[in-house]
Amino acid sequence: MDAYLAAIAIIALIYMLLSLGLTLQYGLTGLINFGHVGFFAIGAYTSALLSLQGLPLALTIPAAAVTAGLAAWPIGLISLRLRDDYFAIVTLGFSETVRLVITSEKWLTNGVQGIPGIPRLFETISVGIGAQLAVMGLILAVTLAAIYAMRRIVASPFGRVIEAIRDNEEALQALGKDPAGFKIQVLILGSALAGIAGAFYAHYITYIVPDQFIPLVTFYVWMAIIIGGVGRVSGAIVGTGLLMLFLEGSRFLRDIVPGVSEVEMASLRIGVVGLLLVLFTIYRPQGLMGDFTKR
Amino acid sequence: MTILAIDNLKGGYSEVDILNGIDLSLSEGEILTVAGTNGAGKSTLAKAIVGLLPRVSGAVRIGGRDILGLPAEDRIGLGIGYVPQVANIFPSLSILENLQVVQGVKDHKARIAELFALFPLLGERRRTRAGSLSGGERQQLAFARALMPRPRLMILDEPTAALSPARVADVFSLIARLPSLGVTVLMVEQRARQALAISDRGCILDGGKVALEGAATTLLADERAAELYLGRGRTEG
Repeated sequence: MDAYLAAIAIIALIYMLLSLGLTLQYGLTGLINFGHVGFFAIGAYTSALLSLQGLPLALTIPAAAVTAGLAAWPIGLISLRLRDDYFAIVTLGFSETVRLVITSEKWLTNGVQGIPGIPRLFETISVGIGAQLAVMGLILAVTLAAIYAMRRIVASPFGRVIEAIRDNEEALQALGKDPAGFKIQVLILGSALAGIAGAFYAHYITYIVPDQFIPLVTFYVWMAIIIGGVGRVSGAIVGTGLLMLFLEGSRFLRDIVPGVSEVEMASLRIGVVGLLLVLFTIYRPQGLMGDFTKR
Repeated sequence: MTILAIDNLKGGYSEVDILNGIDLSLSEGEILTVAGTNGAGKSTLAKAIVGLLPRVSGAVRIGGRDILGLPAEDRIGLGIGYVPQVANIFPSLSILENLQVVQGVKDHKARIAELFALFPLLGERRRTRAGSLSGGERQQLAFARALMPRPRLMILDEPTAALSPARVADVFSLIARLPSLGVTVLMVEQRARQALAISDRGCILDGGKVALEGAATTLLADERAAELYLGRGRTEG
């Protein structure tokens, strides 16, 4: 396998983890989280900083999940009783706050200079396609485990309750359930998954700066689940795969479209994704996987 | 025996009171219809009883215990079932899953089987997504789900709202059966005449207060009630 293709596959798998987290939060529970990248950043910085202190990655990656999950807990407590749109604003504000803190707290994060020299996964394997494949295999295994866990959640009593929250929160309250408690659990679980994705990202890229954690990352994940089909585990996978294919594949369009600069092509790409989103929302709101995968 | 007693109940969604001191009681096995014009506070009263109104004062007693300080989720354990007005099912779940969402029910599977016997149509279509059901079928499912925890008292918020005229009679006949299942009913309803026809008692709210109260037959014959609230001899469909 070509190293470039392996790199795309690894980034796609990392985004799939993010999409699975958002599928749990929005697709299944209806929580509009516009701050997913904040938890991604917390995971990336946690694992990077701990590993630079000499801790093994087998500990720092779970620590990234725990830190991101714990960061979600107070956000949930404070804001889950807010209306959906206000909750979305709070999460967007949270992710920007995380980025500003990372930028400002130079003593910890090295500010805008970022953190270089983050230990790679499988450092014993020399840089090359072998190491790429090992990393890909590990992230694929974690992604498959996450997919399995998600499917179990969907089929469980917990899954029924969170889908009921998405459908009709008041009716659920009338059945003697406290939606807030379930929503906090979902927010923590989805954020922990984003934290793991962040840790993988940090150890794959090996150099992180605050500008890698801008809201556009969150909105790419949103685009992926909307294209694939919200509320479907398969939708998160297919949507992320297609989005990554398009984002990477469109880089080569410049070779066949004359007179378009690299910067213009980047803007054009985002514009096309935006147009696709509009078209999907109008003509296929259930996404590509839509009803086909409904139990 | 009194199952529900409401004393001087006041409250609303923001600073303005919608309920302005409601006194009401309900005996075991009764069907009570709460009628009134739009904005009289009927649905607000239902929400206040089940704990979904943000600001309330006064007292709501179930079996003598004041429940006003309890959150909605704790009131269900005291035997209150609630069927909200329109959005009262979980459309993306199957019929069976809508019932399975209700937990903490003794003999869960047996209870679902009992309810499928009571609502055979739901049993036949148990794997069907609730979102694909017709209005009348949805209402059956909402009733079945509210009955899952074997409530002693059911609060129905406009159970015939958004139903086709053909289905309205079915829902009223279903409600009329509830006392035989050991369920007392407080029903908020716009179709006041039809609701009173299957009720033991009725009360009419006006401006967040009880304007008229009495036996259903008396209210149906009351000139003032007919003139102001029920529509004189209007045929409701």
